[in-house]
Amino acid sequence: MTRNMTGAKMVVQALKDQGVDTVFGYPGGAVLPIYDEIFQQNDIRHILVRHEQGAVHAAEGYARSTGKVGVALVTSGPGATNAVTGLTDALLDSIPIVVISGQVPTFMIGSDAFQEADTVGITRPCTKHNWLAKDTAKLSETLHQAFHVARSGRPGPVLVDIPKDTQFASAGYTEPRAARVDHYQPQLKGDITEITELVELMEKAKRPVFYTGGGVINSGTAASQLLRELVESTDFPITSTLMGLGAYPASGKNWLGMLGMHGLYEANMAMHDCDLMINVGARFDDRITGLISAFSPKSKKAHIDIDPSSINKVIRVDVPIVGDVAHVLEDLLKVWKARGRKTNKEALQKWHAQIAEWKTVRCLDFTQEGPTIKPQYALERLEALTKDKDRYITTEVGQHQMWAAQYLGFEDPNRFMTSGGLGTMGYGFPASIGVQMAHPDGLVINVAGEASWLMNMQEMGTAVQFRLPVKQFILNNERLGMVRQWQELLHGERYSHSWSEALPDFVKLAEAFGAKGILCSDPKDLDDAIMEMINHDGPVIFDCLVEKHENCFPMIPSGKPHNEMLLGEASTQGAIEAGGAVLV
Amino acid sequence: MAALKIKKGSTSHSAYNLRPDFSDVEERHTLAVVVDNEPGVLARVVGLFSGRGYNIESLTVAEVDHTGHQSRITIVTTGTPQVIEQIKAQLGRIVPVHDVHDLTVEGPSVERELGLFKVAGEGEKRVEAMRMAEIFRANVVDTTLDSFVFEITGAPEKIDAFAELMRPLGLQEVARTGVAALSRGKL
Ligand SMILES: Cc1ncc(C[n+]2csc(CCOP(=O)(O)OP(=O)(O)O)c2C)c(N)n1
Ligand SMILES: [Mg+2]
Repeated sequence: MTRNMTGAKMVVQALKDQGVDTVFGYPGGAVLPIYDEIFQQNDIRHILVRHEQGAVHAAEGYARSTGKVGVALVTSGPGATNAVTGLTDALLDSIPIVVISGQVPTFMIGSDAFQEADTVGITRPCTKHNWLAKDTAKLSETLHQAFHVARSGRPGPVLVDIPKDTQFASAGYTEPRAARVDHYQPQLKGDITEITELVELMEKAKRPVFYTGGGVINSGTAASQLLRELVESTDFPITSTLMGLGAYPASGKNWLGMLGMHGLYEANMAMHDCDLMINVGARFDDRITGLISAFSPKSKKAHIDIDPSSINKVIRVDVPIVGDVAHVLEDLLKVWKARGRKTNKEALQKWHAQIAEWKTVRCLDFTQEGPTIKPQYALERLEALTKDKDRYITTEVGQHQMWAAQYLGFEDPNRFMTSGGLGTMGYGFPASIGVQMAHPDGLVINVAGEASWLMNMQEMGTAVQFRLPVKQFILNNERLGMVRQWQELLHGERYSHSWSEALPDFVKLAEAFGAKGILCSDPKDLDDAIMEMINHDGPVIFDCLVEKHENCFPMIPSGKPHNEMLLGEASTQGAIEAGGAVLV
Repeated sequence: MAALKIKKGSTSHSAYNLRPDFSDVEERHTLAVVVDNEPGVLARVVGLFSGRGYNIESLTVAEVDHTGHQSRITIVTTGTPQVIEQIKAQLGRIVPVHDVHDLTVEGPSVERELGLFKVAGEGEKRVEAMRMAEIFRANVVDTTLDSFVFEITGAPEKIDAFAELMRPLGLQEVARTGVAALSRGKL
């Protein structure tokens, strides 16, 4: 028996049926009927953000820390356009979210009505798929399809635009299991011949390396488990992109650290010199490859990815395997075991010796001396004082983000939420709110730069209103640090608009919002201050004044191969040639 | 922090001329894309091409299955083999896309296009235009005392050739449909 209900009620019903418990949103004229339904129920919590961009990033944070689909609700026109950055961010990082937007009534569409925007047109290139729901009879099925598309295959953002008259009209409700989703069913199992071919390469490889990415985390915890088993039993070294940190534990004995533009020396050298590269759920992003023509010249390359368009997009591979990481790794392990668990042990031993030698470079070493806190030291202390806690880290974008990836250790997946593909300043704070909603008892810390943090600082109101004890750990260098670094290295130290003047007093700012502010500028006070932050039961803005002109190393300058990393100030002279400047 | 010894004011640190170059030979491919005929589906396909910088030489679209609401989009595109592979994979990612066929590699196929040509002229030129049209098996679908509209179907090259011949004979306007294509033989 189908139940009759209004479109607005369908939205709430469909959310419940999809297992949603939290929605991040902001009301307006075109979504009032939905807000009226939200008011009259208690199963779904609505978190009122302070800007729609915040709603979408919060939904992303929720999704990434749980593996579930995140949901945001926004009004038409400006509400929808404010959601665009978050949608694009989720698209580039493959994060499953559903954004529901209100739209002017169908009979007014195209008339330049008040708060009308072509939301479906605007968001078409920044969603996996989107829908304009003009017919209440089809609305509930569309919503179920939206969840299906967001979470299936390579996850991503979707948007359902619902005109106001569709929300008011009534029709029969379609249950989730009755919704047609058959035509969108991405392939999960990998081709067994390709998998076997990879196993054969693994058996002979002298210098193998696993290069893993966000796909492992998106595939679910089983994928991380299988990856760990595979690494333990083959004894191959493993590195990961920014997006994949935590899939293999940072304390694991085969861990090389993050690779890429600001990756570790040993990781990038291993990528450059390997003879077998096994890409598991990563996408050969330009932050990873550096100069393509010199990328890992001596290796055979295998690539496991659920999205066929990722394969051969940037780097041509020898063994392409289309499938879900967990499914493929399971088969890979089976085949490898069935064939006698072979590896080239002798060669591997030499390979590990080589890696050990690279590690002696100690590329992350720094000296904390003098009265000023080094940002690396701040993170080293944060790590020491929080690593044993139930900790979740988000970041903003810039130097602090890279230092967080270098100096914090991630033992489990879904613990590190950062804007990788889009590099969205302003992501980390709202994301931390989403994470804290999903993990009320977790210690949620946003490692921020002062400039990024200001981009969505209005969410302080959200944190205070909903008593979310998120910790805003701001590495304040009074600079757009990453921009300044590039200007130093590539633009002759002409620091065009890369410093922040008139910064707020962050302690007073926290207090103005009714939260706690902590200022720390002396390395000697740092531990106590961090403990004070952790122990405070409520949101905290931690203003950590750090060295203003510190650079983030190692660094592979744009347009350079992996083995031409800059390791520190001394190595930067004349390192970046004309050509590199054109790249981003 | 130690200052770097990069020359101040030097332009050598802001040159804009680097682009990795891995071009092979460009190929022309005809793709048949079967899609759900829903609002915006053509915009998704066209937006993919413009957004990712792929070429469209021609594009035709019409609903071919009225009960199943499926349309067939025929796209002629050019690119290196790597780009062509990307285009197909990216098309396959669009949710309402059911199938992507590369007719250029999936065995022999037929390609047809329809063109309408308005040719104005008098005397010898008019007679010559008519004679050429007969050779090309073009039909006259409109005529006045000083003009014709010819309708011609065929492979795109044939229509190109016809256009070349008509140019000196008073060609005024051309409308072409773009390519429709099917593989030869049974499925
Ligand atoms: C929305 C947005 N605008 C501009 C940029 C370019 N950008 C990248 S890092 C950066 C500076 C960030 O400064 P801050 O947040 O203080 O971090 P820091 O690098 O100093 O640690 C800028 C402007 C960006 N990534 N995102
Ligand atoms: Mg800064």
